Amino acid sequence: MKLQEYTVSKHNFEECMKCTVCTAYCPVLQVNPLYPGPKQAGPDGERLRLKDPYFFNYALKYCLNCKRCEVACPSGVNVADLIQAARIKYDHSKPKLRDTILASTDFMGTVARPVAPIVNGVTKLGITKSAMDALLRIDRQRTFPSYSPRSFESWLKRRDKEQAVFQEQVAYFHGCYVNYNYPQLGKDLVKVLNALGVGVQLLEKEKCCGIAMITNGMSEQASKNARHNMAALRKAVVDKGLRVVTTSSSCTLTMREEYPNLLGVDNADVKDSLLMATRFIFEKLEKGATLKFKAGFHKKIAYHVPCHMEKMGWGVFSEKLLRMIPGVEFTLLDSACCGIAGTYGFKKENYAASQAIGAALFDQIKTVNPDVVACDCETCKWQIEMSTGYTVMNPISILAEAIEIE
Amino acid sequence: MKFDTVIIGGGLAGLVAGISLQREGRGTAIVSTGQNALHFFSGTFESLTEAPQRMTDLFGEAGIRLHYRPGVRLMPMGTFRESALSLEDVDLFPSPEFARKVLIVNFMGYHDFFSSFLAEGLEKQGMQCRIRLINLPEMDKLEQSPSEMRSVQIARTMDRIWEKVVQEVRVLLKDEDAVLLPQVFGLQDTAVPGRIRQGIPARVVFAGTLPPSVPGIRTQMLLKRRYEVLGGTYLMGDEALNAHVHEGVVHSIVTKNLDNHYLEADHFILASGGFFSKGLRSNPFNITEPVFGLDVEYNQDRNAWYDKAFSADQPYMQYGVKTDETLHGLSDGKPFKNLYAIGSILGGTRPELGSGAGLAVRSAFAAADVILSEAKNLE
Repeated sequence: MKLQEYTVSKHNFEECMKCTVCTAYCPVLQVNPLYPGPKQAGPDGERLRLKDPYFFNYALKYCLNCKRCEVACPSGVNVADLIQAARIKYDHSKPKLRDTILASTDFMGTVARPVAPIVNGVTKLGITKSAMDALLRIDRQRTFPSYSPRSFESWLKRRDKEQAVFQEQVAYFHGCYVNYNYPQLGKDLVKVLNALGVGVQLLEKEKCCGIAMITNGMSEQASKNARHNMAALRKAVVDKGLRVVTTSSSCTLTMREEYPNLLGVDNADVKDSLLMATRFIFEKLEKGATLKFKAGFHKKIAYHVPCHMEKMGWGVFSEKLLRMIPGVEFTLLDSACCGIAGTYGFKKENYAASQAIGAALFDQIKTVNPDVVACDCETCKWQIEMSTGYTVMNPISILAEAIEIE
Repeated sequence: MKFDTVIIGGGLAGLVAGISLQREGRGTAIVSTGQNALHFFSGTFESLTEAPQRMTDLFGEAGIRLHYRPGVRLMPMGTFRESALSLEDVDLFPSPEFARKVLIVNFMGYHDFFSSFLAEGLEKQGMQCRIRLINLPEMDKLEQSPSEMRSVQIARTMDRIWEKVVQEVRVLLKDEDAVLLPQVFGLQDTAVPGRIRQGIPARVVFAGTLPPSVPGIRTQMLLKRRYEVLGGTYLMGDEALNAHVHEGVVHSIVTKNLDNHYLEADHFILASGGFFSKGLRSNPFNITEPVFGLDVEYNQDRNAWYDKAFSADQPYMQYGVKTDETLHGLSDGKPFKNLYAIGSILGGTRPELGSGAGLAVRSAFAAADVILSEAKNLE
């Protein structure tokens, strides 16, 4: 009889031994006394919530969902999942207008893109920032990422014939950031993959992965997006036999882990085919593919592993790729959260905590003094650029810059 | 991904083995299922009666100063235990009576430091004790969340405001020749314990708290940083699931995060710890080692695993995997050619007596030496 198979609890809740190791690695606990900490908010609180939902604590909203408690847990408890699942289950308060706006990246992108120059100009104005600060409680010290006048999707669609020429094909889940704000990253990916002899195609209509909706109390909308994206991913993976690559660590973690674990949307048939592009490229090179690098390329790079990359355990692929580039002087930054956590740091009430969490990382970057900081997450990029003045590039963009195209 | 050596387990044993190999130009990876027993580290290496030069060198290069002074150390509950080697801020005394009068200082609201037990223990040794609490405004913030008033949170504050503690203690100090403080100093700034000692005109002794251990976490951070600076690949939060083995040779391991991307190596070190770290697993019927299925030394009669007296020596604490003389793990009595078991997963040890840290370091060096004696395969 396999007795223990029947005692496995959701999110490994019962594996908690109360060792307190998670509390030593929670970035929020260090700066926000209102947050009860991962042990109390997670497994300890769950024990009480199971008895009576009365014990649900609204301070759970201060959790960044950075997953560092899970990475540190020696017992395999999914502490952050317990916290986010409790928020989904017990917190029925309607999301604020501000949170809805921050979480609706798809909608905002669609509306803003056609009038991008106006929107970009307006959001940078002091008066707009003051108004958003006062009316919406979006901190005035933040700058919204610029919108691109042309979407990545339309750029790639116009190149579908030249991409179709390649015998090997992958689909690309570009995410909202690449589509509406920074198509250059997508173009860089296409350049690198083409150099490896791989053509890139779009999914049949993707939607926002939904991560910001989960953390902003819009789990129903997030589940809708999850089901939509799973259908699109299935068409690529199951019907066409393609692998799907990504350039954002948070979108990837959301689709691979949060869909089944928090939203109850099964992804077992596509999960293994959904990869960060750095892992896909590393594996191609390992199997014998080659890239030609520019002679005389030199860059001092400090690599920051984003929290969600750390949770997936795939920072090693980006690290090895960057180290592979001739002329790269590489430093691995200490594992730490930058403090932005997606929409978290944009909220006025979190601004100070957000900056305090990132302080150690910012100091280390200044000490290393690199030419560029490498990082696989767009919101870390905004935070580090704003807080240190150093330029942040996705490893894919660095790779694109370093390769020679015949 | 291919390495010279893949190490399963990122605690003291895994890190010491990893650093020893990286230092000699071997490319290694460490797979660590979360954090480890260093978070409960007392700061002393109790089974070591000498201070091997290579050990003080290795720790020194990582920025961790060790001191060698055979004697006794003060335990968190006021008893004493023999020891010879410790971290610089963990005191060792020639005999338990290290002072005439002791001022024991704790922070208001901090419950993980046992002042009264300590006083009782010291008084048994003929020392007079006085307990005082200090309350600093900077700590009010911590007290708002009483469940999280823990060593590490306090230590983060103390890295900034340790001078205020010195001032407070100086005011409280009367004719005592020693001051006892909880071990909550020098988490990030390793110079803090030394500065506190300089600032207080009495012997300052830092005594253990409930976990997490501040000197232990500091040791973990510094060893990990050293390992990464040497080029080691530390895969934190990943879990070794199983291995591909052919004719007694391990070719690769499968991990939870890297799924179908296997970690290949010429050598493998199993430093996955005991029951707590799941290096060993037990169920109502047997005890197993989950990754390689190594032979485990344990009593077949389950009733003999425990002593019903809770505080008695528990037989299961001595269970562990079997190896040959050079630490090769055994399966059905036969050794794997390139797999070494080190640290607290080894059978016949007594970690409850504090021998864990010494065993981890000793066995890590031994396994690294066997690997280094073999030719390097990679370019």
